This record gives sequence, C-alpha cells and structure tokens, in this order.
Amino acid sequence: MATELATLRAHSPAGPRDIPHTVSPGLWTLGWRRLRADRVGMVSLAIVCVFLVMMVLSGTGLIAKDWAREVGVNYAPPSFLGAEAPTAPLETPSIGLGAPGGNAPLANYKSDIVDPLADVIAELKGNKPASAAGAPTPAAPSAAEEEKSVDPLADVMADIRKNEAKNATVPVQDRLATLPFGGDKWGRDVLKKTIKGSETSIFVGIASAFVATFLGTLFGAVSGYYGKWVDDFFNWFYSVFNSIPYLLLILAVAAVLQQKGTMTIILILGLTGWTGVFRLIRAEYLKHKAREYVQAADAIGASNARRMFVHIFPNVSHVVLVQLSILVVAFIKSEVILSFLGFGVPVDVVSWGSMLNEAQNELILGKWWQLVAAGTAMAILVTAFALFTDALRDALDPKLKGRVGA
Amino acid sequence: MTAYIVRRVWQMLPTMLGVVLLVFFLFNWVGGDPAYVLAGKISNQEQIDNIRRQLGVDQPYYVQLWIFIKQILTADFGASWSTNERVSHILMTRLGPSLTVLVPLTILDLMITISLALAVAYVRGSLTDRMVMIVTTVGLSVSILVYIIVFQYVFAYKLGWFPVQGWGDSFLENLFVYASLPIFIGLVVSIAPNLRLYRTFVLDEINQDYVRTARAKGVSEPRVMLVHVLRNASIPIITNLMAGLPGLLLGSFLIERFFSIPGIGREVILAVERSDFPVIKAITVYVAFATIATNLLADLTYKAVDPRVQLK
Repeated sequence: MATELATLRAHSPAGPRDIPHTVSPGLWTLGWRRLRADRVGMVSLAIVCVFLVMMVLSGTGLIAKDWAREVGVNYAPPSFLGAEAPTAPLETPSIGLGAPGGNAPLANYKSDIVDPLADVIAELKGNKPASAAGAPTPAAPSAAEEEKSVDPLADVMADIRKNEAKNATVPVQDRLATLPFGGDKWGRDVLKKTIKGSETSIFVGIASAFVATFLGTLFGAVSGYYGKWVDDFFNWFYSVFNSIPYLLLILAVAAVLQQKGTMTIILILGLTGWTGVFRLIRAEYLKHKAREYVQAADAIGASNARRMFVHIFPNVSHVVLVQLSILVVAFIKSEVILSFLGFGVPVDVVSWGSMLNEAQNELILGKWWQLVAAGTAMAILVTAFALFTDALRDALDPKLKGRVGA
Repeated sequence: MTAYIVRRVWQMLPTMLGVVLLVFFLFNWVGGDPAYVLAGKISNQEQIDNIRRQLGVDQPYYVQLWIFIKQILTADFGASWSTNERVSHILMTRLGPSLTVLVPLTILDLMITISLALAVAYVRGSLTDRMVMIVTTVGLSVSILVYIIVFQYVFAYKLGWFPVQGWGDSFLENLFVYASLPIFIGLVVSIAPNLRLYRTFVLDEINQDYVRTARAKGVSEPRVMLVHVLRNASIPIITNLMAGLPGLLLGSFLIERFFSIPGIGREVILAVERSDFPVIKAITVYVAFATIATNLLADLTYKAVDPRVQLK
C-alpha cells in the first residue's frame, strides 16, 4: 500500500521535475514506526510471533509430532517435583465434577453418571496401551445418543486405533517417572500436548477471525457504499444477528450442525461473529464515500466495485486489521469454551479446551500440571495478543491514543 | 413519550420477524430433518413418517413457519424431545435459579465496579491506577474455565467453605448457601472487563469543562465525583449494562453447568447436547425478544438519567 501511494505521488504532475521531492511516509510506514517505538507492543508482538511459529512448526510436523506417544507413567509429575512414590495404579477418574446432566451432589456422582466412553476406554486400555487420543470427551450421555444401538464414536475410535500403529508404544517398564512438565492420564508429555493444543486453538481463532472479518468487511462496504435500501437490508440483518446473544447463537448453530470438526467450528465462529466489524466498516464507508478522492475516482470512470475495494478499502484497512486482531483473541477464547463443552473440535483432536476438560477431573486427584500448562499458555497468548492489539490500534490511529482503555 | 414507545415497538417488528426467520431457517432448513434426530438411527421408515407427521415437517415450508409463529405467540412449543417436559414449564422453572444468581451478581458487580472506577479514575496515572490496570489485564487473560475449575476446587472441594454443587428448595438457602460461590466467581470474572470500561467512561467525563466549573465554585470533591461526574458517566454505563443483560442469562451458563444450578444457561447446554430442538428454539427466540425489549428500555432510561436526551 505504502509503495502504491509512493508511486502515485512520484508520478503526480504536481511540481516541476527539477525540484527534488521527498516521499512522505504513508500510513503503514508511520504506523510501523510508531509500533516500533512502543516497547510493550513490540514485546507482545514477539510473543505472538513465537506462538505463531510454534503453530506452524507443529502443524508441519516439525515439533510435537509424537505428542500422542505415551512416554511417561500415568500422570507423571513434572520433573521439578520429583517422581511419585509408587502407589497403586490410578484408575481412570470416573468422578465428573460438574459433568453435565446431574443435579446430584458430588458424592452421588459415581452411581449417577455413566461415562459414555467407559467401555471403549477400558477396551482400549486393556488391549493396547497406546491409544485413545483425547478419549475422555465431554460428550454427555445424551438421550438421543443412548437410544442409538451403535456407538456414535465407533468410527472415530476405529480411526484412532488405525493410527496407533504409527505411534510406537513405549514399553511399560521403560516409561519415565517424570516428564519436564508432567504427563497426562496416559503418560503423554503435557508440554508437547500443549503445543499441539495451541496449534488447534490458534488456527481456529485465526481462521474464523478471517472468515468473520471478511464477511463483516464485505457487508459493511456494500451497505455503507450503496446506502438506501441495501443499507436498510443489511442493518436489519445486523440487528437480527445482534439481538441474539452471541454465545446462544453459537450454541444454536452447534446444535443444528450435527457433525463436529475443525472446519465446522471455524464456520460457526466466522458466520456468527461478523457483526462488530460490519458496524465499524459501514460507518467508515459512509464517511469515505462522500470524500473528494472517491468523487475523483468516479470522474475518471472507476466502477463501483473498483471505488469500493481499490480506492476506499486501503483507507479503512487499518480498521479492518485492528478488528481482525480483536476477533482472533475473542475466537480463541470461544473455541476453548466450545471445545471444553464438547461442541468444538472432535475427540481425536487436542485443543486447550479439551485439555482443560481433562484437567477438571485431574485436579481432584491433585494432578494440576495439565490445567496449569493449558491455562498458562492461553493466558500468555491472550495477554500478548490483547496488548499487541492495543499497540496496533494506537499505532494506526493515533487520534485514539489515551482514550480507549489506555 | 407514549407516541415514541409505540413507534419504537412498531419498529421492532421487522427485527423480531428476522429473528423468527433466522431461527426457523437454522432449525428447519440447515438442521435437516428433525425426524432423524428425534428417532435416532434404529427406527424404520414408518416411525420416521409418523414423527414427521406429528412435527408437521411433511408440510410445505410456509405452513411450518406458520406453525412456528403460532408456537411463539402462544408460548407453546410442545414438549421437550428428550424429557417430554413441557417447554414452557422448563422455561418457567429454570428462570428462578438463573435470576437467583444473576440479580445479586449484577447488583454487586455494578456497585463494586462503579466505585472502583471512580476511585481509579480519580487517581489516574498514579501507581495505584497502573497497578489496578495491570491486574485487570492479567485477570482478563485467564480463561473463565480456569477460574471456575480452580475456585471450585479450592473453596468448595479443598477448604469446604461452600457446597461443591447442588441446589435446594428454599430461596434463602439457595441464595446464601448454593449461590454464594457462583456469585463470587461471577464477580471475579466480570469485574476486570467492566472496571476497564467504566474507568474510560469516567475518564471521558472527568476532564470536561463542567467539572472544572464545579470545582471552581467550591463544590466538594466527593460531590464532584459522585454527583457531577457519575451522573454523566452513567449513560454509557447504562448502555453497557442493558446490552449485556439478556446475554448474562446465558453468560453464566458455564457457572450453572459447573455448579449444577438448574438455570436457563445449563438448560441450553443440556438441550444442545441432547439435540433438543424445541427447547433451544424457544430459548433463542425469547432471549432475542428480551434483548430487543431491553434496548428500548435502555433508551427510556437515558431520558430518566439525562433530561437533555431527546427521544425522537
């Protein structure tokens, strides 16, 4: 963009040729300069970048590829705590603290709650120790599922069993007593699991933020640019979406879309989250469409689409970027909650939400490390991303500085 | 005033109709044939046809839409698909527990955040102010799930100060025994974002000319803050509060789920888990209507707070 502006200026007929003209820095150059001067912003940008690099490396299989390998003993404590005295092997916790579907106090839980996967887990544990990636799903024994004679997860489980062959199993006697950040129920390394979980959570957050920002920008541009009945229509559409509380809308869509998957959750978040972007972009387009440069574009015969996306869009793109950044944080949080409830990623995919779900039961047994690992990773990313967003907004729109949340 | 209200209610109708259409589109079109959801996989064609006839999904779409609108107007969504309880009965009985948690939570949250926001904005830029802002930033970044899991474990499970979960029959027992820890967690989660927001609202007012004028004529500092500034800052606060009110009903669904409080939020989760479409449909439509109504209520409250506001 900056270069485009620069070339425009270089070719502009203003001023005779012999007068040396300096190219004044564009919005992005200035924004980058201001961002560089912001120490908090740069540190948080660096942290965000570390997470992004981690996501890419883990996604391409360079790190944490063997996260599903059971390298330690069950619930191996973190190394700095030292190995646990050998005790009776821990049973799979069957107490579901706050498990859905029961009013009974905790004492009654064992009899009340039937773990829908208990059989599967027992079978898998009995036959092959390396198995059941993320098996303790939060899926409640829903009435509809219980009626089915077939196990709704049979296909998934079959897949997981097939994949087992790839994950070489560490024999029981060779397992480590401690792991750097502890192990989970199956003795998998929590550190690698957290990295793998970040990959899912961050990817979902970024992808759905792109979908939502794209929709919001498109709707906002069309609505603000054309005005009249188009504007009325989109405003109506906006107020309809806006009058259903966000989480309720997500849950309703999740209920309707029966299949679970990473794509599904990206679509759910993206299709429901565009309203905030829409409102801002619409206001920007309303403001910009009457400006002189747009009239000039009209005069040289630029089409509507060209005026909207080639002429106006670069001038509002900083708003879009800030909104994108805000949405990523919001969607990562939403993904964690959805996956925690079991409406998010499928059972064989690990995300921060599914880790927190496991951690909930582990905490009662005193195994806190998975909770701390997933919680801390998320807190660091969210803080860094939020601070970076603030810095980005200040850098791109200095007029706002000191007013909003400064 | 009356004319204004009548016109606003009239203007709400398209939005309400839109909500109805959106929900209808979601559940009757995107959701596929509910008969399969309801019958599961084992039933034969005859059973499915039977269910389809009962639900009216063998009718054309406009008839189905009419059935849906009639259901909304008469508040009769039939029976839940999984428990066979009347949907209207579900909604009525779940509202009480939700409100038992939400009303004290909202009142306490408002009192605490407004007083903190006034105090922090008064000493803006000082060490205290910056420390509070840092604490809220960090507090905001921790997932609500972590708060609930840890607090429930520490205060209820380990220390035993509160029951781990449950719900009683008497209102007072519920409020002071079962709801206190959920309310406390709700406060911890909601104070940080609200405090940041309200602080900026107060800061917007504190530098205005009228504040200087008030000080110049010798108005005491407490009076400047509590009467002059607070009254002007209350308009955005009301907007924020009102906009969040219906969402609160669901926002606390995680708390309700963890503590097994039989409220609306927990009902939504259960309904989604069980694919209990009538319950989700009813809750979505009514909560959306409530949102639209509170928006009007917010506008009317402005008028009460700020006589300069012109209702057009």
